[in-house]
Amino acid sequence: MAEQDLLLPSLSKTDNIKERVMRIKIITMAIAAMLSSTVALSAQQSSVVQADIDAYQGYFLERFPNVDGLQGFSKGAYAMNEDKMMQFEAVMEMPPFEDLVEKGGELWEKPFANGNTFSSCFEEEPSLIRAAYPRWNSAKGKVDTLEQALIDCLVSNGEKKWGTGKGKHAWVAAHLTTLGEGTFINVIVPEGDEAALAAYNDGKKHYYAKRGQLNLSCANCHVEGAGMRVRGNTLSPGLGQTTHFPVWRGKWARKTNGVDGFGTIQRRYGGCNKQVRAKPFKRHKSEYDNLEFFHTAMSNGMEITTTEYRE
Amino acid sequence: MKRRLFLKSAMASSAVATAVGAGLLTPKMVFAASDAFTATSKAAVSAAAGASEGTFKFKAPKIAENGAVVPVSVDASNLDNVTNISFLVQTNNTPLAASFNFAGALGFVSTRIKMGKTSPVTAVVTSGGAVSALTNEIKVTVGGCGG
Amino acid sequence: MAKIKLKPKAKKGVIKVKAIVKHPMETGLRKDKKGNPIPANHIDHLTVTHNGNKVVDADIGAAVSKDPYFQFQVPGAKGDEITLAYKDNNGGTGSATAKSK
Repeated sequence: MAEQDLLLPSLSKTDNIKERVMRIKIITMAIAAMLSSTVALSAQQSSVVQADIDAYQGYFLERFPNVDGLQGFSKGAYAMNEDKMMQFEAVMEMPPFEDLVEKGGELWEKPFANGNTFSSCFEEEPSLIRAAYPRWNSAKGKVDTLEQALIDCLVSNGEKKWGTGKGKHAWVAAHLTTLGEGTFINVIVPEGDEAALAAYNDGKKHYYAKRGQLNLSCANCHVEGAGMRVRGNTLSPGLGQTTHFPVWRGKWARKTNGVDGFGTIQRRYGGCNKQVRAKPFKRHKSEYDNLEFFHTAMSNGMEITTTEYRE
Repeated sequence: MKRRLFLKSAMASSAVATAVGAGLLTPKMVFAASDAFTATSKAAVSAAAGASEGTFKFKAPKIAENGAVVPVSVDASNLDNVTNISFLVQTNNTPLAASFNFAGALGFVSTRIKMGKTSPVTAVVTSGGAVSALTNEIKVTVGGCGG
Repeated sequence: MAKIKLKPKAKKGVIKVKAIVKHPMETGLRKDKKGNPIPANHIDHLTVTHNGNKVVDADIGAAVSKDPYFQFQVPGAKGDEITLAYKDNNGGTGSATAKSK
């Protein structure tokens, strides 16, 4: 992807915010144009959505000038704190998840009873699959997510459904995330498409709505509270969160005695809802699908980072 | 609490290191009966004066994200003839976490230790017969030994 | 899954030996759900050899993490053979050998 390499160096810490946001806009549109030829997304980004993205990204870039450009935010809480970054790098020297990512790869390649493999369900080549989701499916009038697409693939090939959010489901998605390292997030809400915008706005509303006994919204912690502490934990910024899912969490690994720490983004949404003492929604229904749609769009222009460790 | 007093006494960390180097103190023994320990402490206190402030690099977090897996590393490549690098977690039941002897490998080691609670952690390096040490306090919010 | 994951990598005359040894590293101080003490079960000795020569000899205590990670640095080159071996307090042993990449 040589064109992208040429475009990125223009983002540097010393530029002022307006310039940076403008560059991000240009890059996002250029990428959309490039992707449109490969992924048949010839739609223009809704101007309302683009304004939201610019505002969201501009807020973080201005608030955290020490983070290394837009992509720096993919390191989340680790980007907020050198001490935490050191511990992250120590784990990443020999990540605990390599074996399961390999297993995910084996499951991806393994033919179903009917002889087909997962790749037969996807029009993109494997390394482009991760960044192609979530996306608006105008025929079905809903948001398609990668994890749902994997389940649909099993069902349409006569295989038994897998449990979602963790285990095999997460390993296969993690394999695709690893293959997708460096590809760009580019969620498009087509200009003029009312239904798509409604789904986006539903996700946006969820993000900013207070919920649970603790009466907190996603934004309270991950926008206003980004970089701040909640007891011993540092809150990650919302920007860049969707660059590294499925993720291996130390907390999830401890539950399985170190064996499997993998979870998809909708597994994490459930956990976050529970943490503010709100009842979690069922995975892969409109609530989390639309949330993922909005949440991922906010990171447009960022690269998928490969599988990573988180606390 | 003889052990804790011993560790708090003058340059205890270097004393332990010298004792470790002399083969008088192994991780098992530190936890064991106080008789052996008393003998060790005597030898160690007299050797205590030797430790200087380390000039090597000792990397450890200030606040451990996970008390069960605290990354610590020592890079003593600036020192000649490094023969031993040891780690002491002063508030652990058994302070000596590990003692690495080198004969051909470089003076470098990186590993991960368990910490029950906030504690000063000392890295001790023996190079060319001399002992030097550095101590960092590592805060632990949720202890790593509870399981 | 292998018991020892050993990845030696040579660069500019130094082999970085990275390894994870799968081991419960029980201190002997924990209790199970019923309140019974879980017996000590941890690596107590570890060695690294380079082309047959022992270059690291370590006494390991129970305070080292479960499934411990180690990194050592040994002067050497691509193709050199690294062996990591351990013994635990119950007499259990394990070892792995890999050629530096």
